[in-house]
Amino acid sequence: MTENETQSTVLVGVGGQGILLASEILAQAAMQAGYDVKTNEVHGMAQRGGSVMAQIRYGPKVHSPLVPKNSAQILAALEQVEALRFANYLAPGGLAAVSAQAITPVTVSFGAARYPENVEEMLKVVFPRLVYFDAAQKAKEIGDIRAANIVLLGVVSCGLDLPLDAWQRAIALCVPEKFIDLNLKAFDVGRNFV
Amino acid sequence: MRYLMSGNEAIARGAYEAGVTVGTGYPGTPSTEILENLAKYKPKVYCEWSPNEKVAFEVAAGAALAGARAIVTMKHVGLNVAADPLMTLSYIGVEGGFVACVADDPGMHSSQNEQDSRNYARFAKIPLFEPADSQEAKDFLKMAIQVSEQFKSPAILRSTTRVSHSRSLVVQEERTAEGKVGFVKNPPRFVPIPVWGRPMRQRVEERLLRQKKLSESSPANRIEWRNRALGIITSSIAYHYAREVWPEASFLKLGFSYPFPDALIYEFASGVDSILVVEELDDFIEQHVRALGIKCQGRNVVPGIMELSVDLLQAARAKLEGRAAPLEKPVAFLDQIPPRPPVLCPGCPHRGVFYALGKHDVVVTGDIGCYSLGAFKPLDRMDTILCMGAGISMAHGMQIAGESRKVVGVVGDSTLFHSGITGLLDITYNKGTSTIIVLDNRTTAMTGHQDHPGTGRTLMGEATVAISIEDIGRACGFKRVISADPYRLKNAMQVISEELAADEPSLIVFSAPCPLRERRRVGQVRAIQTDVCKGCELCLGIGCPAIEGGGEKPKINEILCAGCGLCEQVCPTGAIVAGGEA
Repeated sequence: MTENETQSTVLVGVGGQGILLASEILAQAAMQAGYDVKTNEVHGMAQRGGSVMAQIRYGPKVHSPLVPKNSAQILAALEQVEALRFANYLAPGGLAAVSAQAITPVTVSFGAARYPENVEEMLKVVFPRLVYFDAAQKAKEIGDIRAANIVLLGVVSCGLDLPLDAWQRAIALCVPEKFIDLNLKAFDVGRNFV
Repeated sequence: MRYLMSGNEAIARGAYEAGVTVGTGYPGTPSTEILENLAKYKPKVYCEWSPNEKVAFEVAAGAALAGARAIVTMKHVGLNVAADPLMTLSYIGVEGGFVACVADDPGMHSSQNEQDSRNYARFAKIPLFEPADSQEAKDFLKMAIQVSEQFKSPAILRSTTRVSHSRSLVVQEERTAEGKVGFVKNPPRFVPIPVWGRPMRQRVEERLLRQKKLSESSPANRIEWRNRALGIITSSIAYHYAREVWPEASFLKLGFSYPFPDALIYEFASGVDSILVVEELDDFIEQHVRALGIKCQGRNVVPGIMELSVDLLQAARAKLEGRAAPLEKPVAFLDQIPPRPPVLCPGCPHRGVFYALGKHDVVVTGDIGCYSLGAFKPLDRMDTILCMGAGISMAHGMQIAGESRKVVGVVGDSTLFHSGITGLLDITYNKGTSTIIVLDNRTTAMTGHQDHPGTGRTLMGEATVAISIEDIGRACGFKRVISADPYRLKNAMQVISEELAADEPSLIVFSAPCPLRERRRVGQVRAIQTDVCKGCELCLGIGCPAIEGGGEKPKINEILCAGCGLCEQVCPTGAIVAGGEA
């Protein structure tokens, strides 16, 4: 990998879905694998129930912490229309991992906008390489719906060249001890799903 | 061993390593986590949230005059509040190293304006450091403390949202020795009455010249020679964007950027065929390069409004080279993607107050905090925002100007302590009749739940006196001071109606702790009984993200619902009940 071959991942969702933890684990895994790493996330006003985006870049030497448009190898979304909103970050031929969760924005509730009914078809049009699945349902099956972010991360891991043990060490470092097993399991579910 | 740290964590680490013993500040995105992280080094470092940035600045200045190394943290607009002590601390100087850590917000992610704080360094005639990543954030903070101490001058470390909130790898070092505390009386040095102030004024200019010599040889300013056809002068995060867009170009990267390293700028200019200045916000460097008589490009191709990015610089490069800008791929289905703006959280105690205010034909002058979100539809009940504390003073201004409607000022608890108290005094002293509403959620919520003088806790984690807002109101001369529960809607509406009708100033304090901070529901989760619901959608008018509309009848998302019961109180048919579907 050369300096130009920085690997970029964009994680999107809605405030409170665990995007930031997933971002931290990915960054930690890249670091465990010996790469230079930069990440960016949004705080404050931008976080109150609004769209949330985290960006992670790694490689031999990373400059910008922000992912340029049309350059991410992976776009992963914990909320399905958020994948569409940030679709222009994905490189041509990049992998879109989208969880089928739908969270209604307030703008839809008070009638200023509509939540599209045919999101799956739209996703298929926009993303030639699409993994569309219900991460929340998968997480529920292994015992905790809140692990949906880590299930999604398991899918993401299939599109990146980081070794499995780097991911496992990263999870062990980033989550509280009593949740490590659950999260490792959630990660496996995602990784084996593809 | 390298650690992945945010810029703010790295600044805190730098302060720790530099032997800083006092850290003060007022929370403000994107600066807040600096002090939160520095406080983790207690008891070696004393940290406090001060009521506002001016006080924080003065506390840190006092510590530095006594000989301690000190930092003060704030967001860009906070430096406006602290500008008064900044301008004169430059004159009297410091004993221990003193660095004001200021975080700008290009792109206005969480701010009401987009000012470029680098101008303050030139304004106050003090050194300026601009880190571009976390390693530099740590290194430059230490360098700033050292330069401050060497010249007995305060310094500014200027970060931006992307520097503060990006994570990158940092090598840690040991803590150095602390400053020696013991104030040495010296009135001509510390008392800027004119007879002593005028010589200080001279010393500031002499100091700047000596500091310029230092910036010219500082490792924070460096030339990277590559191809000599184009030379780029840049600073802060813009350096990293530019490196990706012009990998072949030579760079002059400024880190100790004021006083400008003129000798270095001349050396760089004479080594390249043409110069482009790439900087975010103001043309701070560019104007100086031009003043040196050096031809350059900059603002003519690089935008000065909103934050830069690799994408924007790709377009700038195309323009520079006379090519068409790369086409931006349009987002497909853009018109079908519903907007998802930030909103008041489920269970937010502010929601009902805005809903109640919506029943009155009044002007609402608002303020800075989570409750700024009350300006959005469907609540739509805030008409102005200026700056911290202005919600109170502007209400009075509108009223004395002769506004025919009643004017209501809305302010948060932390904001009231920050700069609302003088506004309260103004209203009573000058015989105003405004109604002031304090939305008291017992925390500084928007920036991530920091303590303040009303919470009874300090940043050091100790219990302390909890100042009563009602007592402040009475002490400021308010005869009508009412405490109310924002979750009891009928009562809240009645209180607001009564106080609006009063012909004298009144202060209503709506108190309830922020459920997000308490990490627990306000009450039982609510549900809508579909057989009772008539589909009137009045419950959607409160703008709660837990109530999902858009279908035939609204429904409540049981995971999001915080159980505040506001929807139950606005439902005219009694369809909303506690404890799930009946």
